[in-house]
Amino acid sequence: MTAAVPANGRRYAGAALRRERIAAKVFAGALYLCCFAFLLVFGGLVVELLWGARLSLSAFGPAFLWSTEWNPVRGRFGAAPFLYGTAVSSLIALALAGSVGILAGVFLAEFAPRRIGAVLGGMIELLAAIPSVVYGLWGLFVLAPIVGGWIGPALQAAFGFLPLFRGTIYGVNMLTAALVLAVMIVPTIAAIARDLIAATPMHYREAGLALGATRWETVAKVVLPTVRRGVFGALMLALGRALGETIATTMVIGNRPVISASLLAPGYTVASVIANEFTEATSSLYLSALIELGLILLLISLLVVGLGRLMLRLVLR
Amino acid sequence: MARLPSVPARRRLASAAWTAAAALCAGGVALVLLLVMGYVLREGVAALSLPFLTRLPRPVGIPGGGVGNGLVGSGMTVAIAALMAFPAGMAVGVYAGIYAHRLLARALSFLADVLAGVPSIAIGIYAYAVLVAPFGGFSAVSASFALAVLMVPLVIRSTEGAVRAVPRELREAATALGASDYRVTGKVLLVAARPGIVTGLLLALARVTGETAPLLFTAFGNQFWEFDPTKPMAELPLQIFTYAISPYRDWHRQAWGAALILVAAVFLLGVAARLSFLLLRRGNAAGARP
Repeated sequence: MTAAVPANGRRYAGAALRRERIAAKVFAGALYLCCFAFLLVFGGLVVELLWGARLSLSAFGPAFLWSTEWNPVRGRFGAAPFLYGTAVSSLIALALAGSVGILAGVFLAEFAPRRIGAVLGGMIELLAAIPSVVYGLWGLFVLAPIVGGWIGPALQAAFGFLPLFRGTIYGVNMLTAALVLAVMIVPTIAAIARDLIAATPMHYREAGLALGATRWETVAKVVLPTVRRGVFGALMLALGRALGETIATTMVIGNRPVISASLLAPGYTVASVIANEFTEATSSLYLSALIELGLILLLISLLVVGLGRLMLRLVLR
Repeated sequence: MARLPSVPARRRLASAAWTAAAALCAGGVALVLLLVMGYVLREGVAALSLPFLTRLPRPVGIPGGGVGNGLVGSGMTVAIAALMAFPAGMAVGVYAGIYAHRLLARALSFLADVLAGVPSIAIGIYAYAVLVAPFGGFSAVSASFALAVLMVPLVIRSTEGAVRAVPRELREAATALGASDYRVTGKVLLVAARPGIVTGLLLALARVTGETAPLLFTAFGNQFWEFDPTKPMAELPLQIFTYAISPYRDWHRQAWGAALILVAAVFLLGVAARLSFLLLRRGNAAGARP
């Protein structure tokens, strides 16, 4: 790169030219340095968690994943109850938020009058800005009594023959956690679905309508199939957020490390047990087991989010 | 013109029903916002007062406690996090934006996307391992580090987007005048991209201001005033969490008050982001006029 004649027309004398060259080098160097630092920080995240988990990794091996015993007193640690709670609460949340979010996105992009669509869309985006601790507070004091007092008994009365809704009804339980998570992830799904649908070429719709399909049939059979990969990406991002959500879940899931068939019974998640017990971990093995839980969570979410981002990048390019 | 056969009633009905369901979903989600915000407002306003904003927390049973130290702590922690994350994130974002065709740039941008989805609790453990365990104590700085790691990918992505949105002709014109790469970046690119960059910074701040999970074992919380960032510090989100899961009615009340402050702060940052975008863009447009 040469800096021959600058904008003001003044020719660089030798010293000034040298200064300019050095400045350019420093600038480029600073950029590279920051990029390197970023890679270092990212790599450090994985390495530090691996290192912190080494005691637990060598003590329990892969059995950590399916052992159900979590007993700090006896020094026996297994992740199964937490993995189960994380998986079940997140997947229920994803099913709920996925269906509602995609439909909401369709409405915003295809059917809503411009002004109503802008207002509803803005409100849905604001929903994403509320901090998770506030969702936890709301879930604990508003939603949990409703689930424990109304929704739970109603589900038990209707579907009590299923093990899913049998047993004692609690307010803080798997279902409440799933509902709060669903509220937290639905804006992501709705917003991305809306943007993807809005970006589909108009002639797809024209073709569908020309064949005699109704507007809804056009959306469902022509537009939605063209954005399915992007919507899958959005669902993965939302799942990643639900898996890693900590504070809101901790406040409403009941925090009991058991695997219970009933959704109306308390559960526990990977993130919640880390949040609750990290500062109370009395032995180094205990702390290491908690860090291994963090490592598992990190790896799963890297996988899920990476997949989702890859999908969205493929679609948007 | 021959009349087309009309759509059978069954299909028309099904279409209408699905459309109504979609409208219901969109409206329902928006309604949840009103429900949550309405509750936070109603309960929060009742708990708000000037002493609540300025005083220290008090033990259970003694009325008149506040969250003053948490407000100061959160402000300091987030500010230090911004000092760490803004320059680095902007630099990486500029690199990824300028050299978008290079493999490294694309890798960085993808990694930033993925890092943005990493659970904040895992990043809390990371901060604990790097800055708490080796130095033998909880500290606000370690919390700032965790928040900075959460912010960096957001800053990278928004800066990259803003830089990429600058018309290539603008950069080419500057280069044609003989400006070197770094002058083009400093005098043309960053100026043109400023509205997007500043908005991204403010949105990143808004996003981490409400973070709670990574603070649990970094800042840890503190009952007293603390201004030394190497010491454990009170944080507003932590206070909400502690008060909410306590069995005391008065603490629940305070949790709602603190939640209202937190939500207001986050929303204000969001509004500031929108406003700064509009103002800076107008400034740029005015500057471009001959």
